[in-house]
Amino acid sequence: MTENGLQRLWTKLGALDPRYLISFLITLILVLGQAFYGILGGYDRLAITLGVCVATELVLSWLMRGHIASLQSAYVTGLSLSLLLKPQTGLFWPFALGAFLAIASKYVLTLRGRHIWNPSNFAISLLLVLAPSRIAILSHQWGNHLATNAVIWAFGLLIVSRVRVLHVTLTYVICYLVLAALRSTIVSTPLLAELAPITGPMYQLFIFFMVTDPRTTVHTKRGRIIVVAIVAVVEAIIRLAGDYNVAALSALYPAPPILALAIVGPIAMAIDLMRQTRPPRAEVSGIRQPATTRP
Amino acid sequence: MRRLLLAAIFIAAILLVVVLSRSGEQANPSSSAPGFALHDVAHQIGIDFVHHRPTLDQRLDNIAPLIAGMGAGVSVVDVNNDGWPDLYFTNSRFGAPNTLYVNRGDGTFVDVAQQAGIADVNRRGEGVSMGAIWGDFDNDGLEDLLIYKWGYLQLFKNLGNLHFKDVTESAGLRQWMNSNGAVWIDYDRDGLLDLYVTGYFRSDIDLWHLKTTRIMENSFEFANNGGKNRLFHNLGGGRFEDVTDKMGVGSTRWTLAVAAADFNGDGWPDLFLANDYGPEELYVNEGGKRFVLQRAGLESDSKSGMSASLGDVYNRGRMDVFVTNISERGYLFQGNNLRLNFLSELGRFEQGATAGPLVDAGWAWGAQLGDLDNDGRNELFITNGYVSGDRDRNYWYGFSKVAGANGNLFEDAKNWPAIGTASLSGYERSRVLVNRGDSGWSDVASQVGVTDEYDGRAVALVDLFNRGVLDVVVANQNQPALVYKNSVVPGRHWVTFQLVGTRSNRSAIGAEVTLHAGATRQLQVVTGGVGFASENDRRLHFGLGSRALVDSVVIRWPSGTRQVVEHPAIDQFHVVREP
Repeated sequence: MTENGLQRLWTKLGALDPRYLISFLITLILVLGQAFYGILGGYDRLAITLGVCVATELVLSWLMRGHIASLQSAYVTGLSLSLLLKPQTGLFWPFALGAFLAIASKYVLTLRGRHIWNPSNFAISLLLVLAPSRIAILSHQWGNHLATNAVIWAFGLLIVSRVRVLHVTLTYVICYLVLAALRSTIVSTPLLAELAPITGPMYQLFIFFMVTDPRTTVHTKRGRIIVVAIVAVVEAIIRLAGDYNVAALSALYPAPPILALAIVGPIAMAIDLMRQTRPPRAEVSGIRQPATTRP
Repeated sequence: MRRLLLAAIFIAAILLVVVLSRSGEQANPSSSAPGFALHDVAHQIGIDFVHHRPTLDQRLDNIAPLIAGMGAGVSVVDVNNDGWPDLYFTNSRFGAPNTLYVNRGDGTFVDVAQQAGIADVNRRGEGVSMGAIWGDFDNDGLEDLLIYKWGYLQLFKNLGNLHFKDVTESAGLRQWMNSNGAVWIDYDRDGLLDLYVTGYFRSDIDLWHLKTTRIMENSFEFANNGGKNRLFHNLGGGRFEDVTDKMGVGSTRWTLAVAAADFNGDGWPDLFLANDYGPEELYVNEGGKRFVLQRAGLESDSKSGMSASLGDVYNRGRMDVFVTNISERGYLFQGNNLRLNFLSELGRFEQGATAGPLVDAGWAWGAQLGDLDNDGRNELFITNGYVSGDRDRNYWYGFSKVAGANGNLFEDAKNWPAIGTASLSGYERSRVLVNRGDSGWSDVASQVGVTDEYDGRAVALVDLFNRGVLDVVVANQNQPALVYKNSVVPGRHWVTFQLVGTRSNRSAIGAEVTLHAGATRQLQVVTGGVGFASENDRRLHFGLGSRALVDSVVIRWPSGTRQVVEHPAIDQFHVVREP
């Protein structure tokens, strides 16, 4: 492809509704993960999760807001949950209840008209903490095909760039790497052991879909960078607690980044909303607001 | 108003999560009495075996308890043909002896391994035992011994009078393998027992003198860098030939257990592999000429197969397979697999473990299917627990760091977080599941007296005292062995068959017996190793419940001979010679 061709593609991508890009990326991950690694574990769970997410969004948006909302975010949430939730064999209620709670949280857990938890982050965190004897989180690996990893990372970076949240992804990754090195020194574990988690699929879903959700992050670019850095720090604290076997926090150890975001995200959102005198609008503040996605 | 209503529904949904997560969390006690009880009598009957785990290259010290987490094996044999089953336990530390407990017939046992020459097999340069199987490879009427190791295989010929001769070299079997499983199988039905040995670590690895620490699996789901499984054809005259490549059975999927039976009913014994870090595999035997890997519904379900047990679980006249896997709250729910055999109808196995205690037994290892209560249905005994270290230190978090990562990272053992003295799925209790037919399975372990929290590995079922009940022997990793003596409630009948091959291999390995009693039928197969690092009593024990009459017993010998025994007397042992 020529340089002009690339430029045209970039421009066209920029003109697309960013939510389509996000939907495309998570669909790509689902298809590649399922085709090569059976990461989904069954199409029944996909159907349940997606069906409940969409149905809940349809019903609640009509009842609570008087119009049918776009189903893009319900689609992304459904796919995220079906990929990340790994319950006991034969259990389907975690998918159904998780999907309902994720979408309903957008209508219940609100502050000044904005929901404060990323929907899938809320549902997964809740299920992990309340039902650890039944539910685990994605622990598959992508395998060792560098090409698959490269495709996901390339599309992921490209799309978060076009959705204007690349700074969130990069800040998190840099913070994770620095803090992993620090943790490695503190607890005397191999550096690669501390770096290993970020090479797995759970992190890729987290980095590209969850921590970057503009609807549940603060409204300034600087603020988002600070918040995501704090998420990484809280995750590091959870991980250190895990290394030192702090029993009181054991519920957090299976999924440190997701639970760190569940702790930090709503607090940051609440502070941000309280500090604003009126709802943030990109046109008013002069800040380019990132495109909206609600994984 | 709508907002309040939605909030109420939202809270109700959260409460429902709590309720559903706790439902069935307790052991699922049976509504009726189990009908049997198990009491550990190991010390009482003279069995004081304690397994010692291997000590490996220091460069593996960071995860030594994980790597050295196998080796406790137990196999049942009537080594001296006195009609009383004996027990052989494997040990795994240099200098620690394997033991052969000979049954005196008076309810006590005595270790004769040293005199027999099969005790001192764990030596530097030779490797350490991981398990053993017995089979009469030369059809002389005496059961011979194959020890599979992390090290050189060892084949001992039984000379009689409790004496053995190491014939490994002359048999052509002196091969270094890092093996955790093997079965005797007469794959070409020539009347001579062949040998299938599984590979775990690659065979070019000497775990005491590592050239590299890059020895681990390259994936937790799709690893294919394990040791190569090998098939050795018995040429007769005490010699074996490696026919692995010719027969197409050289899987490198970190096989932990293998079971052999004629799954597709074509008369030829097939191989079912339980692979760690990957999907199970079924190698279908095509007329003794070659094996073909069949999809059979197994290929997309990648877990951590630890043990492969055989049984006709629902008395359908089909040989099903139970495969243990790993579950740990919050981290991983792989679930055990009950592979119900529908190969004839559907060309595949169907998943029979869909809920309840059958699915989640913790970090499960060896398991066996057998009729523990003599009611005519198979129960399941499952051993559990990986590393029992400090109770307040859990390695699962450390393990999770590498478990989802790119394989290039964790293939190198030095990149793993150190386990230290932590536990990993430690102190898990064994499960004893009673088969309620359509009502599912009930865990009655505590009710029947199985409360130990040892790190169980191998389990073997055997009628140790010739009473018409199956007792349970468990080899625990780095811990004492247990012998659970079984007491079944009165009024339940049974019948047991010992088969002796003539044209078939003398051990009758591969022979199928179908018992017909009224409207029920039960199928069993004579195995030469089954489960994990174990071998059951070669005699086939059938519980009959209250039925006082067996209509017939149909025996399909490996030679192809079909034999019918009409109305065999119940509550008796029968010795049946191949016609």
